[in-house]
Amino acid sequence: MTIPYPAPQPGFWAATAMIAAIILASTAGEVLTAAAMKSVGDLDEIRAHSGLKGAIRAVLTCPLFFAGVSFLALAFFALLFALNRLPLSLVAPASASLTLVTNAIAGKIFLKENVDRRRWTSAVLVCIGVYLLAH
Amino acid sequence: MPHARLSPRQYLILGLVSICAPLGDTCLSRGMTGLPDITLAHPATLIAAVFTPWIAAGIALLICFFASYLTALSWADLTFVLPATAFGNVIVALLARFWLHEPISLERWAGIVLITVGVGFVAQGPSLTERPVAHAPSLAETADMGKEQA
Repeated sequence: MTIPYPAPQPGFWAATAMIAAIILASTAGEVLTAAAMKSVGDLDEIRAHSGLKGAIRAVLTCPLFFAGVSFLALAFFALLFALNRLPLSLVAPASASLTLVTNAIAGKIFLKENVDRRRWTSAVLVCIGVYLLAH
Repeated sequence: MPHARLSPRQYLILGLVSICAPLGDTCLSRGMTGLPDITLAHPATLIAAVFTPWIAAGIALLICFFASYLTALSWADLTFVLPATAFGNVIVALLARFWLHEPISLERWAGIVLITVGVGFVAQGPSLTERPVAHAPSLAETADMGKEQA
């Protein structure tokens, strides 16, 4: 099977906009989903009490979960769109590594998570690592 | 710290989070590069793309990832779970090296080391931010909330 390479490459700003769209949507989606799951409670515990159906119902009756999933779906289609026009070696490292940092910031601000020095260091190390690995 | 130690089952879920996401993304990428250009003028082509084999396989893996990811988020912080997701890239790179015998450049080895060290940093800390007990909803309260919404 021959794989035709996508035609002309978008310019710098177009590429930046595509990647920024993925990062914004996925950060919003992940923060909303994390907030939803925290409000639902420990899923393993819920499943032990009321079975898999109970766990699925607990998730599906949480409105925050749907808000999160909508943003994640948006991020997914933004990713599909970008992968069709930009090389994977640019889209994957840029979006994955930057999302880690934006999520650490959003986790601290919106989820009030204890992002201590250990987690900041890790976010930065993993961010650079993902970039190097996927570049 | 009550939540600092994870059970083997919870490590298994974090493992699934790690491995399913990069494998799913790889399938998506393989599927999307094989398709003709998609433009905003024809959004329907994006929907049709979902039903091609590689993209369908990628989506199945990502659904598996999402189920484990949601479970992990229910007992751990977002900033704890995300580095685990990134660790999957290391697993895939090592699989490519030792299974498919693909060469790994010095830069990539550096990336593998940095991610591993970063994940090690986070894994040593608590998995969940401790909060005053009064503000944490109990299982019973959560069930009540579910009933009110239903």
